[in-house]
Amino acid sequence: MLYREAGDFKTTYVEDGQTFPLKLDRIGYWALLVVAFGVVPFIVNDYWANAALVPFLIYAIAALGLNILTGYCGQVSLGTGGFMAVGAYASYKLLTAMPWLPLPIAVILAGLVTAAVGVLFGLPSLRIKGFYLAVATLAAQFFLVWLFNKMPWFYNYSASGQITVPERSVFGIIVSGPLTSAPAKYLTCLSFLLVLGWLARNLTRGASGRKWMAIRDMDIAAEIIGVNPLAAKLTAFAVSSFFVGVAGALFFSVYLGAVEVGEAFGINKSFLVLFMIIIGGLGSIFGSLAGAAFMVLLPVFLKNVLVLHLGWPTDVATHLEVMIVGAMIIMFLILEPHGIAALWRVTKEKLRLWPFPH
Amino acid sequence: MPDTLLFAIEVTLNGLMAGVLYALVALGFVLIFKASGVFNYAQGVMALFAALTLVGIMEGQVPFGHLLNVIFGTELTTFGWTLPSVVGILLTMGVMVVLAILIEKLILKHLVNQPDIILFMATIGLAYFMEGFGDLMWGSDIKKLDVGLPQGISDVIDTTTFGWFGYGFFIDKLDITATVVAALLVTVLVLFSQYTKQGRAMRAVADDHQAALSVGISLRFIWVLVWSIAGFVALVAGIMWGAKSGVQFSLSLIALKALPVLMLGGFTSIPGAIVGGLIIGVGEKLFEFFIGPMVGGATENWFAYVLALLFLVFRPQGLFGERIIERV
Repeated sequence: MLYREAGDFKTTYVEDGQTFPLKLDRIGYWALLVVAFGVVPFIVNDYWANAALVPFLIYAIAALGLNILTGYCGQVSLGTGGFMAVGAYASYKLLTAMPWLPLPIAVILAGLVTAAVGVLFGLPSLRIKGFYLAVATLAAQFFLVWLFNKMPWFYNYSASGQITVPERSVFGIIVSGPLTSAPAKYLTCLSFLLVLGWLARNLTRGASGRKWMAIRDMDIAAEIIGVNPLAAKLTAFAVSSFFVGVAGALFFSVYLGAVEVGEAFGINKSFLVLFMIIIGGLGSIFGSLAGAAFMVLLPVFLKNVLVLHLGWPTDVATHLEVMIVGAMIIMFLILEPHGIAALWRVTKEKLRLWPFPH
Repeated sequence: MPDTLLFAIEVTLNGLMAGVLYALVALGFVLIFKASGVFNYAQGVMALFAALTLVGIMEGQVPFGHLLNVIFGTELTTFGWTLPSVVGILLTMGVMVVLAILIEKLILKHLVNQPDIILFMATIGLAYFMEGFGDLMWGSDIKKLDVGLPQGISDVIDTTTFGWFGYGFFIDKLDITATVVAALLVTVLVLFSQYTKQGRAMRAVADDHQAALSVGISLRFIWVLVWSIAGFVALVAGIMWGAKSGVQFSLSLIALKALPVLMLGGFTSIPGAIVGGLIIGVGEKLFEFFIGPMVGGATENWFAYVLALLFLVFRPQGLFGERIIERV
C-alpha cells in the first residue's frame, strides 16, 4: 500500500522522531527539493520569478518568523513591517560600510540586529497581554518607519531618501544589484528558506518550542510548571525578529534592490504577513509556507483573470482583491481556524485510512 | 505674554479639539468592547464607509455604478437627485443598521466563545472587506462632504484673544462644533446605558453573557443594537472628519489613532476614552511643537503609540480600565 505506516519499521529513536514519519512523505520532500534546486532555476523566467517565486520565498521566511511569535508563543504582533525595515536598513548599512562583506553574512548579521531590536520591543510583553500587546507592537511599526524616514544617517544622506543595494556576488554569480538574474535571486532566497525552515521546525519541536506553546496556552500555568516567561517570551521575540529581519534584508537586497521605507514596509506589510499565517495556519510550519504561497498567488491570479482576460480596469480588480482577502480571513476564522495546514492534515488522515472511512 | 507661551496655548487648544475627534472614534471601540468583548478594528473603516454612503446618497450616486458599467457596458453614474443632509443622514443610519444585522448574522453568531484575539483578527478581515466593498460601491476618489456644518476660522475667538493678548488664536469652527457634538453624544450614550431598559440589558451582556442569557436577555438583539450604535458613532465621526479633510481612504486610519487613546484610557471606560483622547491630542501637538523640529518632524505618527506603550508598562489596564485579575 502506498500511503501507510505499515511496513515502515522504526528501529531507532531518531527515526521515530523524524518530521515525516511516512515513507511517501519523505520521498515527496526530497523530490520537491530536487525539483526546486535542480529544475526550477533552469526554466524560471523573469516574470514568474519576480511576480510569484521570489516574493513567495521571502514572505515564507517572514511568515515563519511571525508564526513562531504569534502561532507558537501566542503574542500577536502588528509590527512585522517595521522589523522587516530594520533588517533591510541593517543590511544596507552593513553592505555599504564594509565593501568586502559577502551578502549572505550581511543578511544574517542584519537578522541578528533585528533580533536585538525585537527583544527591545518585546520587553513590554511581560506586562502587556492580548490585544493590548498587539496595539503596542504598532508603536514599533510606526516608530521604526518614522526613524528610517527621518534620520538621514540610515539612508546615507541620499537625496531621494531611498536605499539602493550595492552589487555583490557569491561564487562568481551576481546576487544583488540591478544585474541579478532571476535564477540567482530565486536560488539565494530558496537556500535561506530551506535553512531557516529546517531551523524553525527543529526549534519548535524542541524544548524551546514546547516552552513557547506552554506560554501560549496559558502563561500563568506555564510559569507554575517551571517555564520562565521572561526567557520564553524574549527568545520567541528574538527568533521571530531574526527571521523577519532576514526576510526584510532579502526583500531589499535581493528582490527589490531599492526601497523607500514607507512604501515597502508600511503597516499593510504587517497585516499581509499576519493574514498569511491566519490563512495558512497558526502554529504550523507548513501553514506558514502555504499561507505565503496563497497570499502571493491570489493577486497574481486575480490580475490575470480580471484584468488580462476580462479586461476590467485595475482599480476594480484591486478593490475586489481587498474584499476577497477580507472575506477569506473571516471565512477561515469561522470554518477552519487552523487554516490551510489543518485542511492538509485532514486530507492526509483520510488518505492514510483510505479506502475505509474510519 | 511671551510668544512661545501664546503659541503653546494655541497648540494646546487645537490639540484638545483634535483629541475630541480621537475620543469620538475611540468611543465606538469602547461601546462594542464593553458590550460584546469584541475589539473592533473595523471601527475606522466603518466611519469611512458611513461617510462614503452619506455622500453617495446625498448626491444620488448609483451604488456599484463603476462595477456595473464595467460588466454590462452601461453608463450609470447618478440618479440625478440631491437630497437634503437630514434625509441623507437618516438613510445612512438605516444602512448602518442593516450592516450591523449582517455582521451579527454572518460573523459574530459563528464566533461565539472563540478567544478574543480570534475575534480581533476577524474584525481586521471585516475592515479589509468593507474597505474594498466601500470603494467598489461608491468609487475611491476623494469626495467632499458638506452637511452644512460651520467651517473656517472662528472670528469671535480670533478678535477676542487679539484684544486680550495682541495675538489672535486660530481655531476652526468645525472643531468647536465637533466638541459640542461629542459632548452631546457622550451624554446621550451615558444616559441611554444607565437609565433605559435596553441600556441595562447591554451592560448585563457586557458583564456576563451566560448570566444575561439566563435572565432572558436576547444576546443577538443586544449585539445588533450595540453594533448599530457603534455604526451611529462611526457616522458622526465620519461626518466630522469628512467635513474636515474630505472623504477618502485616510479617514479609516483614524482608527489606528484611536487605538493608543483606548490603551491609555482603558478599553472598558467611556470617561477613559474621552480623557485618553484629550491627553493624546494635546500631547502629540505639544510634542510636535517643542521636540518635533529637533528630530525632523512628523512625530505625530508614532508619539501616541510610544506614549501608550510606556504608560501600559506601568499600568497595564490603562487609566480608568477595570483591574485585570488573572486566575488559573
